[in-house]
Amino acid sequence: MSDPSRASPFAKPNSYVGRALSRAGARRAVAGRGRYTDDIALPRMLHAAFLRSPHAHARILAIDAAEARRQPGVALVMTGAELARLCTGPWVGTLTCFPGMKSAPQYPMAVDRACWVGEPVAMVIARTRAEAEDAAEHIAVEWQELPAVTEKTTALDPATPVLHPALGDNLAFAKTIDTGAVDAAFAKADLVIEETFDFGRHTAVSLEPRALLAAYDQGTGKLTIHTSSQCPHMIQHVFAATLGVPQHNVQVIAPDVGGSFGLKIHTYGDEVAATAAAIQLGRPVKFIADRLESFVSDIHARENFVKARIAVSKSGEIQAFDIDVLSGAGAYSQYPRTSVFEANQILNITGGPYRHKHFRARASVVYLNKPPTSQYRAVGHPIGNTVGEHLVDQAAYRLGIDPIEMRRRNVMPDDGYPATTASGIKLKDLSHQRCLDALVARMNYDALRREQAELRQQGIHRGIGIAAFIKGTAPGPHGYYGTGGAPISLQDACVIKLEPNGGIICAVGVTEQGQGTDTIMGQIAATTLGVPMECVRVVSGDTDATPFGGGTFGSRAAAIGGEAVYLAARDLRQEVLELAGILLQAEPGALDIVDGAIVDRASGSKRLPLSEIGRIGHYQVGELPNSVEPRLSHTRRFRLVDDLYIFTNGVHGAHVEVDTDTGFIRLLKHWVAEDCGRVINPQLADEQVRGGCVQGIGGALYEHCLYDEAGQLLNGTMADYLVPMAAEMPDIDVAHVETPTSVSQLGAKGVGESGTGAAPAVIMNAVNDALRPFGARVTSQPITPEAILIALGKI
Amino acid sequence: MSEETMQIAVTVNGEAVARTVPVRQHLVDFLRTELGLTGSHLGCEHGVCGACSVRVDGRVVRGCLMLAVQVDGAHVVTIEGLDETGEIADLQAAFVARNALQCGFCTPGMLMTCAELLAQASPMSRAEIRTFLSGNYCRCTGFHAIVDAVETTLTQRLQR
Repeated sequence: MSDPSRASPFAKPNSYVGRALSRAGARRAVAGRGRYTDDIALPRMLHAAFLRSPHAHARILAIDAAEARRQPGVALVMTGAELARLCTGPWVGTLTCFPGMKSAPQYPMAVDRACWVGEPVAMVIARTRAEAEDAAEHIAVEWQELPAVTEKTTALDPATPVLHPALGDNLAFAKTIDTGAVDAAFAKADLVIEETFDFGRHTAVSLEPRALLAAYDQGTGKLTIHTSSQCPHMIQHVFAATLGVPQHNVQVIAPDVGGSFGLKIHTYGDEVAATAAAIQLGRPVKFIADRLESFVSDIHARENFVKARIAVSKSGEIQAFDIDVLSGAGAYSQYPRTSVFEANQILNITGGPYRHKHFRARASVVYLNKPPTSQYRAVGHPIGNTVGEHLVDQAAYRLGIDPIEMRRRNVMPDDGYPATTASGIKLKDLSHQRCLDALVARMNYDALRREQAELRQQGIHRGIGIAAFIKGTAPGPHGYYGTGGAPISLQDACVIKLEPNGGIICAVGVTEQGQGTDTIMGQIAATTLGVPMECVRVVSGDTDATPFGGGTFGSRAAAIGGEAVYLAARDLRQEVLELAGILLQAEPGALDIVDGAIVDRASGSKRLPLSEIGRIGHYQVGELPNSVEPRLSHTRRFRLVDDLYIFTNGVHGAHVEVDTDTGFIRLLKHWVAEDCGRVINPQLADEQVRGGCVQGIGGALYEHCLYDEAGQLLNGTMADYLVPMAAEMPDIDVAHVETPTSVSQLGAKGVGESGTGAAPAVIMNAVNDALRPFGARVTSQPITPEAILIALGKI
Repeated sequence: MSEETMQIAVTVNGEAVARTVPVRQHLVDFLRTELGLTGSHLGCEHGVCGACSVRVDGRVVRGCLMLAVQVDGAHVVTIEGLDETGEIADLQAAFVARNALQCGFCTPGMLMTCAELLAQASPMSRAEIRTFLSGNYCRCTGFHAIVDAVETTLTQRLQR
């Protein structure tokens, strides 16, 4: 269903763009030959273990590490205060793009006060991890417990202690969007639906935990960090700046990354501490977070309480949204990306698919004595989509309008772009109407509704959920990070080189975590140049080998990095044709590159293999005129120039069955019709959507970091913190509507997060559809069996 | 306190290995750090995620819940051995073709479990495949593609 009005630069014979090629990295992984950070061992390597705060809030009166230092194998014990003296200064996790935002200074380990259970307090470096852990048990800390702030709804009450007294209160950030005339719209609406929503805090649970191996060469002053990261250049900057090492002397290598999901775009104090130890000792230091410490030290996300209402007319026209968001952050705003993006995105995208003109949204982000929150796959979208789509569904139900029809009446029309949402964000190239058509056809929607009615007669309660979404992808430099003062590049780059044998090396700033970035960059480069895929090797994840870039986050790799590859490959192709023109005494425009050979464009007859250009360009340069200097290496960068984000859109469908006796939810099937723009590799795109959906389903049904009033995590093991497993998950049908974005030649918009952003909305709508005959509904996530039974009045 | 150790003799991927190991070292730490067999991964070290699954005397076990000293005299097969014998070459090819893995961290353990499923050589529905794999956590794929790859391989084997 591609848009015929925009010709694709990739529509040529044997194009790799649009083909389901497999990944070279996958072939290695199935043989057990992946190379993750923990698989790397360096000579004289030592291991780090941490003593972490057992208290949510406590003053450190004294630390006695003498006994720990005497333990077998111990090379170093470092306290937070000792580490602070090695740092250039504290972090402050604020950005100027969030006016009025405040956060307290934070060092990589607690100095005189611990502010969450799990905050690193002291580090032991020893010969083995086991010895380091043994010794850490011998560190004696004298604690003075302080009152903990753990409940967001009372965090701003005058009676609640202030977590960081210098800040004056527990408010990190507040923001309001108001189009005006919202109260009037509600006053004259035919129907107002009002609801409260509670979203549980959860975390990424990448199967490979955070991992780092730092080595410092005291002779050259070079610091080499292997780390499981999505953003090597950001890590390079932050570690260099924090530890006072010149940035250009820091090499960050991300080898195979065992899952990331936004968890690994952040800076963690324990990793900085281990790196500081490597510098101090002049020996390599490895730190691998174990699962228990991952739960209390990885970033958390999603803890939001939302009050929201929608105003609609009798005919089902959405007139206004009014939402109030209370976001529970951790003890500090995460440096350097902050802890306020989630709330900010909820304001941006709630009700985003629709044409209403009136919108008011307020957000308050408050500090709590819990692990810092920050960006995690689909930042804010699970919440914004769930709130908006629940209200739209409830309104449709109250008005007797089918949920599909309700959305047809209200979505922005496909021919209505560019458009601006009531929240103020600019949208281009979306396709809600075509996605709805595609979804209805794939679901066989009418037949499902008939089956639902029949089964209800038999006491079987199935629900059909629908949820439309928009997803901000590929952030531009005008909005947040760089502009706001964070050392994070929102442009990205490609260096593409022709080697003497005709092979192509394509080095990119975006990174690979198994989603297939390297493969799709190869597809783009090979197609643009006109060479076979096997002639292209993509290099990523190494700051010494790749051009400076932002890395992979915010569904940006294909959209931003892919366009840089396209532009660079196009430049190299042009140079190759010019060199070939000189050698063949032909006009470059009369030549083409096809299947790795220079051909006559008109006849297709082969003139020269590409390897001849490589050979002459590198070795036999004397065959070229003296005035010609072969470059054979081209660097291009790409960024958004006008837009805050590219946006994608789509609609999900879900079919569930609720056991009204036990409260258990069975997922029968899930459908997605989405528009990520040009699909570079359909299989990889599908699998991003499927994996994303399941991660969203996890949040909707299972995942929850449960804290008690004292700020203790109650379920910090994988036996207690539930994640989606194979038996509970449905098959997921994925359809793509392709509307290439007009901001690039490539046309890719990004696909990694939208499934996670929309699935929680459609699951909740499906569950509530099943519960409708009982007059029951759920509005909190995760939707546990207990929550279902409470909604049904059974417990 | 000095580390208490024991001598073990074990066959790993068909190769005889004798080592002195700390008595508290679990099997996967032994395989990874002593033998350099880094294909077995540690995801939770409390027996839930399945990333460390290896075969001991023909059965798939959680390598993090077994001590190295417990495999004294046993036959251990890791993903590296399973790869080299060609026992699951069809399954590995199906995983690659279907993109039934992303980051690959769960994959060695997942393949171990899938190999056990395939060895049963009995027809299975998708739901039964899902149940069989329910002890192996994958955060990336959402499982659908894994079920596809296993179903394809099982069908092909049953037709042979």
